[in-house]
Amino acid sequence: MKRFLSNLVGSFVEAWQEVRIHRTRVMLSLVGVAVAVCAITTVVGLGAVAGQAIQEQNETFGGRPANLSLTASMGDGSQLAPETMQGAWNTALERYDITYSTRVVSGSLLVQFADGAANVTTTGVDPSYGTMHRVRVIDGTWFTTADTERLAPAAIVNEAFYDRIGRPDLATHPTAMVLGQQNTTAVITGVTPSRWEGEEPSMFLLADAMQSLTPPPTSVPAGPGGASYQMGGQPPMYEAWVPPELATELTTALQRDVAAALGDGANVSVNRQDYAAFNDGQDPFLPIKLMVGGVAVLVLLLGALGLVNIALVTLKQRIREIGIRRSFGATAGRVFFSVMMESVVATVVAGVVGVIGAILIVKNPLVEQLIGQGMVSDFPPFPVEAAVLGMVAATFVGALAGLLPALVAVRVKVIDAIRY
Amino acid sequence: MTLLQLEGVTRTVQLIDAPPLTILNGVDLDVAVGDRVSIVGRSGSGKSTLLNLLGLLDDPTTGQMHFDGRPVPSFSSGERDRVRGRDVGFIFQQFNLLQGRTALENVMTPLLYAEGRQFWQRSRIAGEMLDRVGLGHRATAMPDKLSGGEQQRVAIARSLVRGPRLILADEPTGALDLETGASVMELLDDVATASGAALVTITHDPAIAALATTHYRLDHGVLTPTDAAAMAVQA
Repeated sequence: MKRFLSNLVGSFVEAWQEVRIHRTRVMLSLVGVAVAVCAITTVVGLGAVAGQAIQEQNETFGGRPANLSLTASMGDGSQLAPETMQGAWNTALERYDITYSTRVVSGSLLVQFADGAANVTTTGVDPSYGTMHRVRVIDGTWFTTADTERLAPAAIVNEAFYDRIGRPDLATHPTAMVLGQQNTTAVITGVTPSRWEGEEPSMFLLADAMQSLTPPPTSVPAGPGGASYQMGGQPPMYEAWVPPELATELTTALQRDVAAALGDGANVSVNRQDYAAFNDGQDPFLPIKLMVGGVAVLVLLLGALGLVNIALVTLKQRIREIGIRRSFGATAGRVFFSVMMESVVATVVAGVVGVIGAILIVKNPLVEQLIGQGMVSDFPPFPVEAAVLGMVAATFVGALAGLLPALVAVRVKVIDAIRY
Repeated sequence: MTLLQLEGVTRTVQLIDAPPLTILNGVDLDVAVGDRVSIVGRSGSGKSTLLNLLGLLDDPTTGQMHFDGRPVPSFSSGERDRVRGRDVGFIFQQFNLLQGRTALENVMTPLLYAEGRQFWQRSRIAGEMLDRVGLGHRATAMPDKLSGGEQQRVAIARSLVRGPRLILADEPTGALDLETGASVMELLDDVATASGAALVTITHDPAIAALATTHYRLDHGVLTPTDAAAMAVQA
C-alpha cells in the first residue's frame, strides 16, 4: 500500500516534470486533442440542451408521457350530454385508479382590452392540467381546486395578454372583461411565460367556467351545399396521465369502457399524444449528433496520431533518460506507467481546455439563441454527462497515444541506452 | 562481508547465422562492503557487459552470481529493480544528468523510486546530499549551466542519495580534465568511505585505477587480478 502510494505519486511527479519540460511540443500536439474534445463535448452538450428544450416544449403541448386523450361523439351527429360523458369518464378513471386527469376545452373568447376588444385563444382545463403539461407560471399561481368555488372565474393569462393589460400587480386582483351574451369579469390569478416571440394573447380558464362562458353547441342541419356542422363551444377532450408502460393497455381499456357506458352509436377514440409516443424515445437529433460526433472522433484520432508521432520521435532522445531512470531503480512497470501517464496527464489538461471551450460555446447567449430559436426561455445547465464524456475521451486518447511509446520505453536496454 | 560474488560467470550472445559470441569468460570476482575495486580494460573487452551484470541489469549465461548472499537469478524482475534502486548507485562517464531538470531535481530522481520517508522527504534529502558534494548553492542550476566537474559532482550526489552499498563508476573521469578528475575521484572516495559503500570503478585510465585497493584487468572477456605495482608501471 505504502509502495503503491509513493509509486503513484512518483509517476505523476515524473509525468508532470516531463510535460513541463517539453511544454512546447506537448502543447503543439495537444491542440488537436483539445479541439476534438471541445467538438465532442459541444455536440453532446448542444444535443442535451436542444433535447431538453424540445422535450419541455413537447410536454407543454402534448403532455408528459404517457398522456392519453379521449374524444367522443355520436355517430348520428346528435349531442352527447356532458353529464353522461363526464360520468362515463369518471367511472373509467376510478376503475383504473388514474389520479391525474383533465378536460381540455379549446375555444376563443372576446376580451375587452383598453385598446378595444380582441379574440383571445382560451383553453378550459381542470387543475391537474398544470402538472400534466408542466405549465410554468412566472407570476401568481396555477389553478387549485379552491378556484372552482370562485364566483368570478379565475384566469391564467400568458405574458402577451399580461403585457396588453399593462402588467398590473397580481396582488391587486386585476380583472379582465370577457364579452358575450352576458359580460363576465374574470380575475387574473397567474401569468405563464411567452413561448415564442410575438405570441398572441391567450389564457386558461377552468373548464366549467369556460363552458358557462361559451354558448352550448348547436347543430346546424345540412344545408344545400354541405354537411351539418356545429357552432358554439366545442365538446371537451378528456386527458389522463398514466404510466407509460401501461399506456397501451389503458388506451384499449378506456376506449372500451367509455364506449360501453355511452351505449350504441357512440364513437370513442383514445390516442396517446405525448412526444414519447411518436419517436419511441429516439433522439430527433441523432443523425446530426452522429455526423458531428463522427467528425469529432476523427479529429480526436488525428490528434492522437500527432501525439504518438511526436512521442515516438522524441523517444529516441528519451531512451537515454529512460535508461538512466532504470539504473536508479525504476521498474519496467514504473517506466511503462510514467510514459503512459505523461501522455494521459497532457491529454487530460487538453481535455479540461476542450471542455471549458465547449461550455463557453454551448452557454454562449448567441448559440443559445440559435439553438432555442426563441422558443425556449429557460435553458438547462450545461449537461454534466457531456463534460464527463469529453474528459473520458481525452483520457482514453492519452492512454492510446501513450501505449506505443510506453511499450518501446519498456524494451530499452539500460546500459546500451546510457553508454551510446 | 561479501556483497557481490561472481564465480565462473560466462556471458554469451546468440548471433544470427554465426556461432554464439562469448563476451565474458569464466569471470570470478568478490566485492565486499568498503572495498575499492578497479577494473581496467580496452574498448570491446566486455566492460559494458560486466557492468550490466554487476548492476543487476543482466543475467549470466552460466556460472554463479550472488548479491548480498542471494543467487541473482532468484530475484524477480521487480525485486531486482528495487534492489538496484536501493543498493546500487551508478556513475557514468557522460554524467547523464536529466536535461531540463535542476541539479536538485536530478539528485531527487532516485528518491522518486524509493518509498516511505525517502520518497516523501526527497527534496530535503537531496538538498543535504548536494551540500555534501559542495553544490548546495547550485541547486536550481540546469545541467547545461554547470561545468563538467560540477555535473559529475551532481551525478555523484545523485548516485549516493539513497545510500547504496555498491557504487558502480563507469569511466567517472573520462570526460574531465586531469585535475578535475582527480578532485572528483577524491570526493567519490570520501563519500563512499563515509557511507561504507563498496566502489567498483571501470576505467581505461591506469592512474584512476591505481587509487583502488584491489585491481583487475579485463581482456577479451577474461578478468585477471593484477597488483598495484603493475598498475603503477603502466601509469
